[in-house]
Amino acid sequence: MSTTTQTPPGSAADSAKGNKQLSLDELYLEAGHHQVNLGAKKIHAKRIPGKFRNLKWFAASLYILFFIGPYFRWEGRQAVLFNVPERQYHLFELTLWPQDVWILSLALLTFFLALYAATAMAGRVFCGTFCWMTVWTDVYTWIEEKMEGSPPQRRALDSAPWGARKLAIKTGKTLVFLLLGVATGVTFTSYFIDAGDLWRRYLSLRGPVEIWVTPLPFVIGTYLGVGIMREQFCFWLCPYARIQSAMQDSETIIPTYDVRRGEPRGRHKDGDCIDCHLCVGVCPTGVDIRDGMQEGCIMCALCIDACNSVMRKVDKPEGLIRYGSLDEFLGLPVVPLYKRPRIIMYAILLASTLSGIVWGLTHLGAVQLNVIHERQPLYVMLSDGGVQNKYTLRIVNKSDTTLNLRFAVSDLPGAVLVSPDAAVRVAPGRVLPLNATVRMPRSRAGKGSVKVEFHVLDSATGAFITETESRFIGPG
Amino acid sequence: MADKDKNNQGAEDTGHEWDGIRELKNDPPRWWMILFKLTPVWIAGYFLLYPSIPFVGGSNSKGLLGWTSLGEYNKGRQEIDSIRAPFEKKIAAMTAKEILNDPEMANYAVASIKQTFGDICAKCHGSGGQGGHNFPILADDDWLYGGTIEKIQETVTEGRGGIMPSFKGRFTPEEQKDLMQFLDDAQHGKTFEPGRKVFMGETKAAAECPTCHGENAKGNYDVGSANLTDAICRFDCTREGLEHTLLHGVNDDGDPMTRKATMPAWRSKLTDVQIKKLAVRVFLFGGGQKG
Repeated sequence: MSTTTQTPPGSAADSAKGNKQLSLDELYLEAGHHQVNLGAKKIHAKRIPGKFRNLKWFAASLYILFFIGPYFRWEGRQAVLFNVPERQYHLFELTLWPQDVWILSLALLTFFLALYAATAMAGRVFCGTFCWMTVWTDVYTWIEEKMEGSPPQRRALDSAPWGARKLAIKTGKTLVFLLLGVATGVTFTSYFIDAGDLWRRYLSLRGPVEIWVTPLPFVIGTYLGVGIMREQFCFWLCPYARIQSAMQDSETIIPTYDVRRGEPRGRHKDGDCIDCHLCVGVCPTGVDIRDGMQEGCIMCALCIDACNSVMRKVDKPEGLIRYGSLDEFLGLPVVPLYKRPRIIMYAILLASTLSGIVWGLTHLGAVQLNVIHERQPLYVMLSDGGVQNKYTLRIVNKSDTTLNLRFAVSDLPGAVLVSPDAAVRVAPGRVLPLNATVRMPRSRAGKGSVKVEFHVLDSATGAFITETESRFIGPG
Repeated sequence: MADKDKNNQGAEDTGHEWDGIRELKNDPPRWWMILFKLTPVWIAGYFLLYPSIPFVGGSNSKGLLGWTSLGEYNKGRQEIDSIRAPFEKKIAAMTAKEILNDPEMANYAVASIKQTFGDICAKCHGSGGQGGHNFPILADDDWLYGGTIEKIQETVTEGRGGIMPSFKGRFTPEEQKDLMQFLDDAQHGKTFEPGRKVFMGETKAAAECPTCHGENAKGNYDVGSANLTDAICRFDCTREGLEHTLLHGVNDDGDPMTRKATMPAWRSKLTDVQIKKLAVRVFLFGGGQKG
């Protein structure tokens, strides 16, 4: 038998056979081959040291920033604070207003694009190393190992009848899990209320209902999602797991079992795989990587660590399971990153969203003017035959000083700003709506809808501050 | 009609079949059934807590929570009143002109009187002061009784009602034609001499036009007479419209076809503060006159 015919359907080698159209029956066979664990079998993965294990810890350690973040101070206030009641979002030196929400949209777009780019390059590497679900699960299972013992001990404990010892261990573990959930929820909440103030309210047991309710989804979510569901969450609930599978192609490098080298597997067979099942034993989602790429694989690459440690013991070269693209395993030429259109597109899109964010953050401006044209009536005929339009000018003072401003219209010959005709004081952090009327003489009125610009000027120096475009509407 | 055939799902078969699809008697999902069985508990709790059982004679059970929709309304009312209280206190001590000069208070006045304006003013004057057919536009700069904040406040308080007698049969056809031409031209800044003579009463008909509209035909705020030389007409700028006003007058009880133009007085129906706010609202439609 050749090596390829022995491999299970759906593996890399199977696809290599190529162009043959799969029949429906074969598809079902393929799906049926994967064991579906609906949570009946709890996965207790073994932990073994290695390169990817270290990478995982490093990625997890970045989350320490999340926990200590609320306690940084900046110029007398919390450095990162999303003050929802005041509609101000502080990021160190920057203060964002609801009007700047487009920057947030761009930031989210950037995160998604980065996720897609990472997925196109190295598969679900985000899932495997940095996803909060994965990181929290990793920490929770680490705690589980400390409290309940190694995977065989944990399995034994799970199937043991309830007794004083089991009850004590399980209760203790549940309490620790809930405590971590509370820490997560309280930390999240403290990004919205000053952390010191929040703690004082918690410790004095006083405060609005919001501060008690906000952490609750995190406590429940971490306990159910991380403490109990774990990989079931990735399998059945997470949409990104599915989206990301669609973002990979045959040039994406993913942890792959080298079928040609490994098969036929077994202790005394020709293939390098000794069928020790260590790769399955360390897998946090319980998949067998030797079946090829599959939905359960979060690409944490812990199986690579495991397999390499075994290969070293049996004196065979490392890399029976290794990061590689499908093309590479099939012996096709490997296209470098910069020649892959998909990567180029992601790079361009990422560059544009990032430059948008940089532009936005460097052009925030202390004053913003929104002009709302009156809708009813659109225009009014005046006694001298001229036309008058009414607007609401909303001036936002984002600075921390009181501003004295005046206004002017431009870009529309003949237009006269009738009001506001005097300087206006805008207190710091306030939004001031003002009535504005613009008149056009009879000789120039009657051109339908034309562009007009409102300028905001410093009332003392007359210096231009900002401008906003609107329309002047007349009959005809 | 159900046969007891067991199918491959082990569920009872209803025997219904459409296009090869058979209807089985699978149980609904368990969580769904649990919720379903909890509904009577919910109903019992609801009936205990909230008013729900009508009695003979029109009354009903009060419920343990003492909830009433009127109570909810009053709670909401109290909440908004407490938010408005500091503004209301301040505004009560201010004149309408002072409110106008304080942008924040002016904004408050406009926002807090929007409802009242919509209820009583917008029917004739439009929600944005754009006027209606034969009702004055509040957003323009043409005023019958003056557009200063004080005058507007006076108009809202005391109401207005213009008077113009019916001139039917007082002109010869020739005089009437000249007069109409004069009015037409006046709107465009021109003077039609033969018509001006009719207007001034220099012809035999001896019309009393300047008594109210003035010798220059620019109207008079004191009697609420319209300015006939500007581009805005009180009623209708067409030749027919002007003629109708001339022949049947305004509020002339002797002529059934007269134009009706009455602004009610709101003194007894609104509070001083409400009237002040309304005056500010009208002023800020864009036509208010300063000073």
